[in-house]
Amino acid sequence: MLDLLSGFVAELRAAGLPVSLTEHIDAGRAVHEIPLEDRSALKAALGATLVKSGAHWGAFETAFEIYFAPRRGAAVPGEDDAAANVPEGGAAAADVSGEGPARGRSGGGGNVLSAEELAAMVLRAVRTGDRAVAAVAARHAVERYAAMEPGRPVGGTYYLYRTLRHLDLDGLLHRLMEEERTASTLTALEERLLADEYRARIAALRKAVEAEIRRRLVADRGAGALARSVRRPLPEDVDVMHATGEELAALHRALRPLSRKLAVRLGRKRRHGRRGPLDFRATVRRSLSTGGVPVDPRFRHPKPAKPEIFVIADISGSVASFARFTLQLVYAISAQFSKVRSFVFVDAIDEVTAIFERADDPANAVRRVTTEADVVWMDGHSDYGHALEEFDRRWGGDVTSRATVLVLGDARNNYHASGAWVLEQLQHQARHLYWLNPEPRQYWGSGDSILDEYAVHCDAVVECRTLRQLEGFVAELA
Amino acid sequence: MSPASDGAGGTPLGHFDSIADVAAGLKKLDYVADDTIAGVVYLADRLAKPVLVEGPAGTGKTQLAKSVAELAGSRLIRLQCYEGLDESKALYEWNYRKQLLRIQADQSASSWERLEEDIFSEGFLLTRPLLEAIWVDEPVVLLVDEVDRVELETEALLLEVLSEYQVSIPELGTVRATRVPLVFLTSNNTRELSEALKRRCLYLHVDYPGLTREREIVRRRVPGISEELADQVARIVRSLRTLELRKPPSVAETLDWARSLVVLGMEAVDAVTARDTLHVLLKYQQDIERAAKELLAGGA
Repeated sequence: MLDLLSGFVAELRAAGLPVSLTEHIDAGRAVHEIPLEDRSALKAALGATLVKSGAHWGAFETAFEIYFAPRRGAAVPGEDDAAANVPEGGAAAADVSGEGPARGRSGGGGNVLSAEELAAMVLRAVRTGDRAVAAVAARHAVERYAAMEPGRPVGGTYYLYRTLRHLDLDGLLHRLMEEERTASTLTALEERLLADEYRARIAALRKAVEAEIRRRLVADRGAGALARSVRRPLPEDVDVMHATGEELAALHRALRPLSRKLAVRLGRKRRHGRRGPLDFRATVRRSLSTGGVPVDPRFRHPKPAKPEIFVIADISGSVASFARFTLQLVYAISAQFSKVRSFVFVDAIDEVTAIFERADDPANAVRRVTTEADVVWMDGHSDYGHALEEFDRRWGGDVTSRATVLVLGDARNNYHASGAWVLEQLQHQARHLYWLNPEPRQYWGSGDSILDEYAVHCDAVVECRTLRQLEGFVAELA
Repeated sequence: MSPASDGAGGTPLGHFDSIADVAAGLKKLDYVADDTIAGVVYLADRLAKPVLVEGPAGTGKTQLAKSVAELAGSRLIRLQCYEGLDESKALYEWNYRKQLLRIQADQSASSWERLEEDIFSEGFLLTRPLLEAIWVDEPVVLLVDEVDRVELETEALLLEVLSEYQVSIPELGTVRATRVPLVFLTSNNTRELSEALKRRCLYLHVDYPGLTREREIVRRRVPGISEELADQVARIVRSLRTLELRKPPSVAETLDWARSLVVLGMEAVDAVTARDTLHVLLKYQQDIERAAKELLAGGA
């Protein structure tokens, strides 16, 4: 057990979770206190001792499922009593398909069900929400469709995709809803609730399929090897430019609490920062109790100037997702800045401050920016030179010495003129000029990237590929 | 092992016999705990370690501590954290008025050494929640509520109490716990807590409950609610949480809503009732509009 635990901890560390030695020891003590055959208790024990942040729970869960997967034969994870009525469930499913109970009864064995029988079982699993049936259906589905090849070093996404494509779960939802609609008249509310219920059951089925595939992969290749191939970066370390849809969704979820946290932290920093200038009146008043000797000098509360922010973002296809995140974050904490103005460009530039001010939700606003702003001039490929010149012509006068200018972009200019003189001028006008680049540092200045030409005029050029880097930069800024 | 967790944090407190025992006991008190919650509470008891409970507002973090206190038959001592909380509010303070009186009353008689010894004795100490929790000689559950509100520096005050269950008072020496209290810290995650604090705690993330658990909670905590209504309430809330809202409804709000439905004498929720009472569940106008549009105006 302790060896297994050490392997597990090593895997968590490799996935980026900060697990200290104390925590490892605590986990060791914790597993002594619980009945080891109880899988959910084991999960609670390890989770409580090893994972100390809600954002890391996903990574923990993946590793846990791999290292402590229920062995073959113990059918449903965490539901021992459900395993008892599995054969019955299989038989009933076979009944539905009209093929007689004999085949279904051997469901737990190697016997492969026909496609119709399987479809009927899946339908039954979703219609009744019976988890035991879902688990059996998942096992058969994987058996039949995944066509797993032993020894291949894959994480199983491909098998999952293959299985799910054959099961056609979206179509299933549609069919079930149609059925319900014809069976009885539903109000909009009832229909919605029913659909959500089916969706939840389908998600459970999908999970069962995933678990089954994982179980087989572990049996085939061992836990350590599999964990390596399914390892994912933590949400705050995901590269924004290359995030998958699912990761983007996770990032969006992470962004909201992050902006709240940043706002709280920045507010605190302001109020508790260094002491302000001497408060003469208060000091004199205070000195009365010491006979007019100013023993205890009083200071004013500091009122540091809030910076004015100009965000100039490239929203062309290549960096769009990055620009969206940054704009969203800057707006979410805009209370910390006295004024935020934002401009977006592709090869023409447009001000979008108003869109953000009117919208209640930054996510919505960002969506509207991409559709409403007038950013295309010639061909819709990034042209930094033209955009910067236009910025200078139209808004250059507004940039004062209190302003901080942020340029977001990869500086891939499609071999147009650079317009770097605008930045030179901005640097003189503004207090600070920063360039945030979502590209890895080693690509800067390669190909059509002319970052080097701009970089000489910036106070700093910051690599900003992940949420963690972005957070760090914003905290530094304010 | 760090010397910190070596100290008092080894011997089991022995309030509970098994995880099932915890879950069943909490259920009797109408707190519906899932496997993880029951497991962590049990471990906290066995390992004598504090529990850091984190999660969105209104998911029953504070209630967990209260229910566990009731279950263990312990007194609940609560420290509500806020910005600006300091030593004299959290740990202890010398009762300087009483000390002054003592000095004045004694002006002529005894020597200064004896007097000094006297005025820095236990009788002149005002105990605050943290000290109180380890001082009293009865089983105690200590709840440190919303620990994320104190500043990073103040957090350090907690460390000695949490890891070794002792408080050092310069004039008096070290006060050790006679009985190790069961400690719960709650956090709404408005800032990252320090590593040092997290390391000393068991971590419990309490999220919005699943359908079955929420239904159970509604049934247990709302008197007079029918089976069907509870089910419907839980389903509607689950659907609402799938929408992108500024503030998804919490369990507390679900309960409020269920209670108001019962008071209004509803047997079932239809679209009209739902629309008229949605403001109990959602606290932003924009969320209410959105929910009404998505949920009630059709279009599944």
